[in-house]
Amino acid sequence: MSNIPQLLVHDHEDNVGVVVVEGLVAGTEMLCVVTHDNSSFNLKAENDVPIGHKIALKDISEGDTAIKYGEDIGKFVGAVKKGHHVHTHNLKTKRW
Amino acid sequence: MSDTIMAYRRDNGRVGVRNHVIILPVDDISNAACESVANNIKGTMAIPHAYGRLQFGEDLDVHFRTIIGTGANPNVAAVVVIGIEPDWTQRIVDGIAETGKPVFGISIEQKGDLETVRQASWKAKEFVHYASELQREECKMNELWISTKCGESDTTTGLGSCPTVGNMYDKLIPQGVTGFFGETSEITGAEHICKERAADKETGERWYAMWKAYQDDVIFAHQTDDLSDSQPTKGNILGGLTTIEEKALGNLEKIGRECKYIDILEPAEAPAKGNGLYFMDSSSAAAECVTLMAAGGAVVHTFPTGQGNVVGNPIVPVIKITANPRTVRTMGEHVDVDVTGILTREKTIDEAGDDLIEMIKRTANGRNTAAEALGHREFSMTKLYRSA
Repeated sequence: MSNIPQLLVHDHEDNVGVVVVEGLVAGTEMLCVVTHDNSSFNLKAENDVPIGHKIALKDISEGDTAIKYGEDIGKFVGAVKKGHHVHTHNLKTKRW
Repeated sequence: MSDTIMAYRRDNGRVGVRNHVIILPVDDISNAACESVANNIKGTMAIPHAYGRLQFGEDLDVHFRTIIGTGANPNVAAVVVIGIEPDWTQRIVDGIAETGKPVFGISIEQKGDLETVRQASWKAKEFVHYASELQREECKMNELWISTKCGESDTTTGLGSCPTVGNMYDKLIPQGVTGFFGETSEITGAEHICKERAADKETGERWYAMWKAYQDDVIFAHQTDDLSDSQPTKGNILGGLTTIEEKALGNLEKIGRECKYIDILEPAEAPAKGNGLYFMDSSSAAAECVTLMAAGGAVVHTFPTGQGNVVGNPIVPVIKITANPRTVRTMGEHVDVDVTGILTREKTIDEAGDDLIEMIKRTANGRNTAAEALGHREFSMTKLYRSA
């Protein structure tokens, strides 16, 4: 079971990844896999994050663009530290 | 993989995978008569809906296309049409009759419900005898028209279930299958990618103009906020999707890596440019979208879900695919194809695509989907604007 990842990342350019296991708790040393080429790395989760929710892969500043699928998915409206939860409290659409 | 299925070949050459006898109301006030006929005659199904009176212009066109297209769908063997007035009833009968299938129309005015139900029930009984003697025959897998639309999406749909559908299209479209995708508002954030996925520049420009018109005429004309209560939905947000851009990029995974769309369809319009992938201008609401694609002629629908959308359709089997292990655990009765192995890296997208193709084939051969077994028959008309 140890080779089952806790976090999946679509693309190497992405600055967020997706939690793919239930019950992830802060402090977990996550196995992260980039689905584009199956490469992997490790990252420590700094919050309890539900399955499907995102985690920052690096330190992010307010105003930065969130990248997922190698594409723009919106703008950060607050700074986020590496390993922390990314969702509606710190990321907004650039549309509508 | 064998490329044959056992299915129903209709008089117009199209291949259906179900053999329904439907009792189809022209308008909302004819629902009761249709339901009475379906109650009298076993093996028939009434398809009640909410509209059909005092509509006009493009909105009326969509209504007629949807009702006629539903009756014309190859999953339907025969149709009884009931409307309040004779003229619009006949217009629908004539539209369905072009397929060559048995269709009978009757209107309620100057008869009342009871006499209408009596006459319609006799005809429905005759149609049940006719349909129940039709036999499945060997047809080619590539004669299927297969639609897709996802629902209650989350981040696992973009990682697993939508790429599974995309892989299926990448394999089956080149073999001659006709495919549908749509959900106009839900391409927002991925429109630059979708525009480039047209078979030629002119089609891409037409797609972009259609998408832009929706933004301007529907979203920007009516919005009261940033749509954060609607698109993404509350369910999407619970599932971890944060923005429409993120949702759109996951959504577009459904057309795979290689397929190009060859034309753009109006809501409920049937493809007319031969085999290939088509974009249908459609709502992203599950039941509305599946209803429009079924009216356009799709006979099997592939439906990726993350948080667990339970939608079905009266005439088209809806195959549910999910990669979310929590959804499999908590609402597994709704899942036809479990692709959670993609998230654990125990299954490749290519293998998941093959699993879906196998399930499409089993469904086409007669396997009831989860939505069929659970009685999901959502039929939702698309309404473009208020009636007169």
